[in-house]
Amino acid sequence: MAKLITNLNGLKLKNPVLTASGTFGYGLEFEDFMDLDSLGGFIVKGTTLNHREGNPYPRMAETASGMLNAVGLQNKGVDYFIKNIYPKIKDKKTNIFVNVSGSTIEDYVATAEKVNELENIPGIELNISCPNVKEGGMTFGTNVKSASNVISAVRKVYKKHLMVKLTPNVTNIRDIAKAAEGAGADSVSLINTLLGMSVDAKTRKPELSTITGGLSGPCVKPIALRMVWEVAHAINIPTVGLGGIMNATDAIEFLLVGASAIQIGTANFIDPSVTTKVIKGINEYLDENNFSDVSEIIGLI
Amino acid sequence: MKKIIDFIVKQNNRINKDVFLLELFSKELTDLEPGQFVNVKVDNSQNTFLRRPISVHDVDNEKHLLYLLIKIVGEGTEKLSELQKNDLLNIIVPLGNSFTIHKEGKCILVGGGVGIAPLYHLSKALYSNGLKPDILIGMRTKEDLILPEKFSKYANLYYTTEDGTYGEKGYPTNHSILKNKYNHIQCCGPLPMMKAIASYAYKNKIDCEVSLENMMACGIGACLCCVNDTKEGHKCVCTDGPIFNTNTLKWQN
Repeated sequence: MAKLITNLNGLKLKNPVLTASGTFGYGLEFEDFMDLDSLGGFIVKGTTLNHREGNPYPRMAETASGMLNAVGLQNKGVDYFIKNIYPKIKDKKTNIFVNVSGSTIEDYVATAEKVNELENIPGIELNISCPNVKEGGMTFGTNVKSASNVISAVRKVYKKHLMVKLTPNVTNIRDIAKAAEGAGADSVSLINTLLGMSVDAKTRKPELSTITGGLSGPCVKPIALRMVWEVAHAINIPTVGLGGIMNATDAIEFLLVGASAIQIGTANFIDPSVTTKVIKGINEYLDENNFSDVSEIIGLI
Repeated sequence: MKKIIDFIVKQNNRINKDVFLLELFSKELTDLEPGQFVNVKVDNSQNTFLRRPISVHDVDNEKHLLYLLIKIVGEGTEKLSELQKNDLLNIIVPLGNSFTIHKEGKCILVGGGVGIAPLYHLSKALYSNGLKPDILIGMRTKEDLILPEKFSKYANLYYTTEDGTYGEKGYPTNHSILKNKYNHIQCCGPLPMMKAIASYAYKNKIDCEVSLENMMACGIGACLCCVNDTKEGHKCVCTDGPIFNTNTLKWQN
């Protein structure tokens, strides 16, 4: 048994396996299939200051080796989360992150301030990369200045681990990652979904109500790996890698290119017990290759 | 409790040109309610990334058998139609809510095409409550007929075909049987048919449930992709449904 404990800039994870926001509900949906306590952590659904209904149906299209979604941050708002969801998950023996999103800097700040008061939430993932909302979301994350502004503002009120989720829909992701580091982020996670589109030739219409949506799944993995490799070597805070991880081998590839931890997203839809298999698989890989600590393989490439 | 189970294929029988019936065995099979669905993993199909939600056609608890009645509509269902005896099929069970099993009143079940699949399981449950339902089945043509002898065990069958080759000509909403007085309608089929039936039910003040099949990614309420717009906002078809009473939807009139 190799040592799997991962240090994320002072935040200790029992292993490097997290689950990606928007693919894991509030964790509770998965309890029939796996033990939440076994995870390094989980990141709950994108949460905004106020209730959001999200985009109209259809909001999903299957693609070759992946899927597009345009859910649009449907959630009942941070107050609902605090009152109704938090009590149900706060005693899980794992790290719970709230994915915080917004349309304005004020919204982000107000939501982060409220989450800061939750004793058993050791971190937030600041979502400046959602491609499916008209205002805010990705528009913050595609520009160095606007990214810095929102991160700095949240940093002032949020006292715990601040992870910033980056969008791949940029020319140079290193610039945004450096801006996040400069603005006080404790870690960055990448990649959020890639902006894509799907068309039904039969009906001659787009498949999504929003026309474009976010692409995820194994089809994005090579792009995600490249970007994680670029970012991990450009900044001095930890990088959390995600994008198309379906199994332990995929996860190990992300660790090798420099991710300190990884997130499993779309794979949860196909196998709700996949996280258990990935943790076990990483352990086996380390043993088989004579590594005694997962940190020994991080950034070998 | 939901489970991921590897079922063993016992039989795969072609029912008509496009429809096949899978008989699947697992000792882990738990009880399934009429109207619930399962999520089936399709292997070796490049363009089938997500599981396929399939309604439960029938369950035999004593023999640990699950029956799925499936129509070939794309690459995923085509792959499933090629399953052989003793192949394994990875399925998540049970998912979703269920039809109301009425204890009184006159019931009619309306199915369009392969939408009749869950109505067998439902008719069996109603029959055991002493309510032999009528089933009204809409098809395009006589060749679309699905297991009439089996279905007639627990229900009285009535048909419409679009070309008039079997039963009455037209759509289910045109059938003369609807002149009878019913207390409950339960419906599964193409969306335009279900909307037409819901409208008929609304005008005649009949209680009506429909089974929706919005595109879904996870089937367990995590992805929020399969939402339907209801009077109470977006609801997940996979966890709040697939069965909805039509008075909760925004369809009527």
